Amino acid sequence: MVEVTLWGTLGAAAGGKDKLEVEAKDIRELFRKLAEQYPGLEPYIEQGIAVAIDGVIYRDTWSKELPQDAEIFLLPRLAGG
Amino acid sequence: MGFDQSYSARKFKSVGTRPLRPDGVDKVTGRARYGADFNMPGQLVGRVLRSPHAHARIRGIDTSKAEALKGVKAVITAADLPDHTEGDSELYNILDNCMARSKAFYDGHAVAAVAAVDAATARKALKLIEVDYEVLPHVTDVDEAMKPGAPQLHESSNMANRSEYGHGDVDAGFNQAEVIVERTYKTEQTHQGYIEPHACVASVNGDGTGDLWVCTQGHFVYRQVCASLLGMDVSKLRVTSSEIGGGFGGKTHVWAEPVALALSRKAGRPVKLVMTRDEVFRASGPTSATSIDVKIGATREGKITAASATLRYTCGPYVGMWAELGAMTAFAPYDLENVKTVGFEVLVNRPKVAAYRAPSAPMAAFAVESAVDELARKIGMDPVEFRIANVASEGTKSSYGPVYGPIGIGPTLEAVRDHPHMKAPLGENQGRGMACGFWFNFGGQTCTDLNIGADGTVTIAVGTVDVGGSRASLSLVAAEELGIPYEQVKAVVADTSTLGYNDMTDGSRGTFSSSMATISAARNAITVMRERAAQMWDIPVGDVVWEEGHAKAKGEKHGNLPPLSVKEIAEKAGNTGGPIAGHSEIVADGAGVSFATHICDIEVDPQTGATRVVRYTVVQDAGKAVHPTYVEGQYQGGAAQGIGWALNEEYIYGKDGRLQNPGFLDYRIPVCSDLPMIDTQILEIPNPNHPYGIRGVGETSIVPPLAAIANAVSNAVGVRMTHIPMSPPRILASLEAEKGA
Repeated sequence: MVEVTLWGTLGAAAGGKDKLEVEAKDIRELFRKLAEQYPGLEPYIEQGIAVAIDGVIYRDTWSKELPQDAEIFLLPRLAGG
Repeated sequence: MGFDQSYSARKFKSVGTRPLRPDGVDKVTGRARYGADFNMPGQLVGRVLRSPHAHARIRGIDTSKAEALKGVKAVITAADLPDHTEGDSELYNILDNCMARSKAFYDGHAVAAVAAVDAATARKALKLIEVDYEVLPHVTDVDEAMKPGAPQLHESSNMANRSEYGHGDVDAGFNQAEVIVERTYKTEQTHQGYIEPHACVASVNGDGTGDLWVCTQGHFVYRQVCASLLGMDVSKLRVTSSEIGGGFGGKTHVWAEPVALALSRKAGRPVKLVMTRDEVFRASGPTSATSIDVKIGATREGKITAASATLRYTCGPYVGMWAELGAMTAFAPYDLENVKTVGFEVLVNRPKVAAYRAPSAPMAAFAVESAVDELARKIGMDPVEFRIANVASEGTKSSYGPVYGPIGIGPTLEAVRDHPHMKAPLGENQGRGMACGFWFNFGGQTCTDLNIGADGTVTIAVGTVDVGGSRASLSLVAAEELGIPYEQVKAVVADTSTLGYNDMTDGSRGTFSSSMATISAARNAITVMRERAAQMWDIPVGDVVWEEGHAKAKGEKHGNLPPLSVKEIAEKAGNTGGPIAGHSEIVADGAGVSFATHICDIEVDPQTGATRVVRYTVVQDAGKAVHPTYVEGQYQGGAAQGIGWALNEEYIYGKDGRLQNPGFLDYRIPVCSDLPMIDTQILEIPNPNHPYGIRGVGETSIVPPLAAIANAVSNAVGVRMTHIPMSPPRILASLEAEKGA
């Protein structure tokens, strides 16, 4: 079980929750479980969500493991110039 | 086993040196090939007809007269770009922006295009196209667009998206504050101002395959987007990137390229399409105009107790994430217990907003850093010391959410505090300002080939377009990893049919990502060369190590075997298994965030409001500067663009919603004679997620200038400046208003 913190807009889409507990071992499983448990998040997941694990931002790697005691923060996928 | 990207301290031989740039001679002698320099036999000239109205319904388009003109080979409208987007709203917006479908949303929106045998015929044909417009009310100002009753671009509200970030309890924090600063700031829309306009040659063949030669920051992304819009198979479209005469985010989006492809498909001949400067201003993607409310409270001892901001960013006719990026970056330099930011994307009748170097962060930093400066002065603290007292560091929960790893904002502030610039005397009518800036940086999908030539020279083929010197930097990295001289390595940008997919060069990712892939490819090539050396010596590969550019046999029994160089191993490649290469495909995650602090001295003429930049210093963390001259160039370039943004540049719209200044005479970017030599100081706080500690350096340098200059001007004239650009009329108006008050 990992605790996931959502950014403000995403929290609203998850029924006003800013923290969720999810049974997931990696980013792929996290996205799958979030979409199942909170259908409001699905459009955001399809658009692209970045996952910050202990402050390191992962944009694409599904296989990245989620350590039990890590700080996991979801962010929108960023644009750059 | 996966590639180990963790940082390990090492003593560099090549990385950190300053060899001559490999593209320099071609560029200064005119041999370098930019987008408009490609030509094909039988190519046609493409031209685009654009809306003269800021907002209009298109009731019909009659192209018959244009089609009948001798020399015209194709005329297209939105009907020739059918909707293949399958419900993907982002892609649909790109399609609609490339060629208006039912409505023209801004002055300059494309409505039709022609391909003809020459430019004169193409221009004549454009005049023969008859568009039946129903002109609609328009809105171009960010605050006006949010008012009830404002002209609406779409059926839903002009407020296209709301985002929110922060933590803690800002109301409680403000209750604890002894001093509060609260102001509204505005910034006007600016363009990236790249010198090379968008240009391409498109050639679609009868068998459905196609080629596109184009000036872009990301040819793989252009291929993906263009193929999707044209209904082509991705692998059947080959995209080759040219040299780039500046992009700064503006060449991460497609504009005329799908139009050129559609014209070529219809005409059955190659089509060259080069945008004029007028078209670049009116119809490519500038940055947002903004209106930002900031409130910051602190104790008299200098501790910030709460900070909040509401940020309204224009996005043109289509929703973006521009205000959201402003909301994320606004307070990033600080360690705040209570912080809240809210961003609103606002639809207006202006061109679709595109990324511009650390997109959205400069405007947010302008507002926040202006307020921070004012707050420090109200408390009676030195602005640098006030920032240091509230600065974020490793372990701080960032204002946008995650905790920080090792970061450089504190060290940049300390370097600024101790910099001789801060102690230099100021002259009459001069003021000094400083400000901080932040940008995330990111990595992404990256693919690189490293090929060992028969003579031991090395070619690396990369898929990230070189926008700021990455070919030199990546050659240095390959030389470092292989242990060979820089001169033995050449880097080229491969086309989309010869290399795996690469994300575009944006987000300060080019050198960060491709250096990681280059290190990985070099390590793979070393593995092969060790195997080949083992064959040549007829010893187990486990007895071969790679040191200082040579295979060496280890162990006493191999003591008489002389080391083998890359050249010696390559010469025997045909006998030991064939060509030698290293390949790498990775997702380069783990980009280190970037911070900078700038100092600026400005002189203001109180009679005219004219300004002069007297002195400017950039201090920024690079993680590791691979080629320090290029890094300094990035720092100086970002500062120069920020100076133009702060003092002169703005889109000016008339009451008719038409852009009044679509050219470099009326939209004035700084030239060399406008600027002092910009001093730089590179700090190196290694990124723990890159083998060499590299962070992106391309964007952050544009974030602090707006605020640093606003603080300097405010200090020079004694009036707080809240509206960018601080053009002479605006400065005079502020002085007059102050007198009146």
